[in-house]
Amino acid sequence: MNIVRYQRYPQSDLSVTFDRLTTVRNELDRVFESSFGSFFRPLASLNRWNPAVDVYQDNDQFTVYVELPGLKKEEIEISLNGDTLTIGGERKSEANADQGFRTERYFGKFQRSLTLPVPVNSEKVNATYKDGILKVVLPKAEEAKPKQIPVSLN
Amino acid sequence: MNIGTQPQNGSSALAGEGERPVQYVTPLADVESTKEGYTIHAEMPGVDKSGLEITVDNGELTIVGHRHPEEFSGEPVYREIRSTGFRRVYELDPAIDTSNIAARIDQGVLTLTLPKAESVEPRKIVVE
Repeated sequence: MNIVRYQRYPQSDLSVTFDRLTTVRNELDRVFESSFGSFFRPLASLNRWNPAVDVYQDNDQFTVYVELPGLKKEEIEISLNGDTLTIGGERKSEANADQGFRTERYFGKFQRSLTLPVPVNSEKVNATYKDGILKVVLPKAEEAKPKQIPVSLN
Repeated sequence: MNIGTQPQNGSSALAGEGERPVQYVTPLADVESTKEGYTIHAEMPGVDKSGLEITVDNGELTIVGHRHPEEFSGEPVYREIRSTGFRRVYELDPAIDTSNIAARIDQGVLTLTLPKAESVEPRKIVVE
């Protein structure tokens, strides 16, 4: 199973430090924006929002958890294309840009994709969103479940 | 304007003497400042109302959020989500009316409203 588009561990101490640096860089961007235009923009890819993902499995299903605090249900898009599960969406900023004087949270688009190692029953995929955590349950297809074959010894 | 400072690191705060240190992560937070006061939005996914402890003591606002244990089914295949709780301390602007701080949590985002006391709001004095 491989998961793409991952760059950092959200909320680790390192990333908080890094977030601060990013905030400083945002300030610099803002300062330079007027005179240098988009010259500093390519660095913005560092600022991508990559929500943390957990994947669990047992004999019957995969369970995927994604940390997505502060979204509305309709802002989350979940799609299953073959063996690739994609979770994406957009968090819109409610804050007035002039008011914030310390901003660390990410707003805008996000997307995570993961490839499932065995086929799943796409008809029975179920998702819930509670306390800012998205939970997606993907039952494994019948043919992918481990089977016990009884062997009789003579 | 002291609300934005963070005198203590949120991680590795001691729960008490002789106990094992409790690990916390610092939640990402936005602070808005207006004429009427401040608003803090802190991200605490996995925390609900019952897992929150908010205290004001000696001019410091402490936010602690405990995750409710998730009943994971099966074995972990891939893990990025940390199971630790959240903690953050803010030094408060003395102008804040601490008796009127309001808090709510919605989908893992804690919103704290910290109004300024009326007496410190700028007032226009009319000269007669």
